Amino acid sequence: MEVSITVNGEQVSREIEPRQLLVHFIRETPGLTGTHWGCDTSNCGACVVLMDGKPIKSCTTLAAMCEGHEIRTVESLEVDGRLDPVQQGFHERHALQCGFCTPGMLMTSRALLDERAGGPPLTELEIRTAISGGICRCTGYKNIVSAIRWAAEHEAAMTSGSSAPKEEV
Amino acid sequence: MQTPASFDYERATSVEGAIASLHRLGSEARIIAGGHSLLPMMKLRLASPEHLIDINDLTELAFIRETDPPAPEIRIGALTRHVDLLRSELLAEHFPLFADAEQVIADPVVRNRGTIGGSLCQADAAEDLSAVCTAIGAKAVIRGTDSERVVAMDDFHLGPYMTAVGEGEMLTEVRLPLRPGAGSAHEKVERRAGDWAIAAASAAVWIDGGTITAAGIALSAVGLTTIHLTRAQELLRGQAPSAELFAQAGEIASEDCSPGADGRGPIDYKRHLAGVLTKRALRRATARALHQEA
Repeated sequence: MEVSITVNGEQVSREIEPRQLLVHFIRETPGLTGTHWGCDTSNCGACVVLMDGKPIKSCTTLAAMCEGHEIRTVESLEVDGRLDPVQQGFHERHALQCGFCTPGMLMTSRALLDERAGGPPLTELEIRTAISGGICRCTGYKNIVSAIRWAAEHEAAMTSGSSAPKEEV
Repeated sequence: MQTPASFDYERATSVEGAIASLHRLGSEARIIAGGHSLLPMMKLRLASPEHLIDINDLTELAFIRETDPPAPEIRIGALTRHVDLLRSELLAEHFPLFADAEQVIADPVVRNRGTIGGSLCQADAAEDLSAVCTAIGAKAVIRGTDSERVVAMDDFHLGPYMTAVGEGEMLTEVRLPLRPGAGSAHEKVERRAGDWAIAAASAAVWIDGGTITAAGIALSAVGLTTIHLTRAQELLRGQAPSAELFAQAGEIASEDCSPGADGRGPIDYKRHLAGVLTKRALRRATARALHQEA
């Protein structure tokens, strides 16, 4: 069947089998191997992408189900060499070691910040709940939580065009 | 790599169309909504439907609303996602056990896709919403080509992974009768965040003038199907709520469940846990009914 999905703002059309999973549809698109294919059982969260702005597990979604929807992957975060605040936060707070879970963590964090934009400061519980669908075997999560908080605190300054403030660690 | 076996895919544009397709395609057709139960089953070849009918565009099945007296109900469309059940103010007001359960069903990312209809139709004994719906006396609306049936949860779940939804039919709605004096709670113990329950208990009580006029209790994960604790419900009816009464109900829960030993624990542990969780759920449900929750 012919499937047409908007991935990172660009229309991607391909002839696929109905059983193709979204994670493979994305990864078989040139340049889009950032989305990781992990446990294949919707437990680990490495494959999380945004569908119409909401995080979903792409290993447990058929590509066919995404026809006509907007998918956003980790490749969309950096624009013209400028990192997204969540990427910068992961850099500042050393929130990754092997990096396998990172694409899913970044997209889950991006959705959390979008959803909570303009609201009161994120609590640690909110952050930990939001990322509870992702498994990280390296960091113990502490630095990931810290990175997401960093991103939340610096988002306004970074997106308004000024450079990221220097951070003492 | 885990990939489902081949199937034909079609996207429904109306409820009538989906039912017509189910009718035409027969026993080898399945509905897919969130897909978080069905796709893992298909990857493992525990299910190999030849046709999938995608109902994600049927937004008319995604709602939570209250109907008017004389028989007020909350009606939940089958395509309502877990995230919306968790955040519903209407459910929080009338049936807070939904939020108790939804906070611990899988994880927030899965809850963005999974639906109440999918959870109930999966009919997994360890699934939380089946116990929730049984405890509060929910009814399932099953629609076929020319007819609609309304069945109680006891008649909806026929066995492990088996429901009353027949060929050419689909679950469209869940109805929760509203009666005054209600309080409800869901208690679950799991090995780690997002896991299936080791055991879970759903309880609802209706209290009038210091007396329990009706009760509903159901257990997840401690039997081949959801366990409806009718004997414990009978014990509570007409009694004043008390710690002793709830302890007795807990003892009945331990006796009337039928857990199996597995990686989540041995049988005696699960029986004990079912009793403790039943007691806790009743205590919290009662506190809520009396507006005394700490």
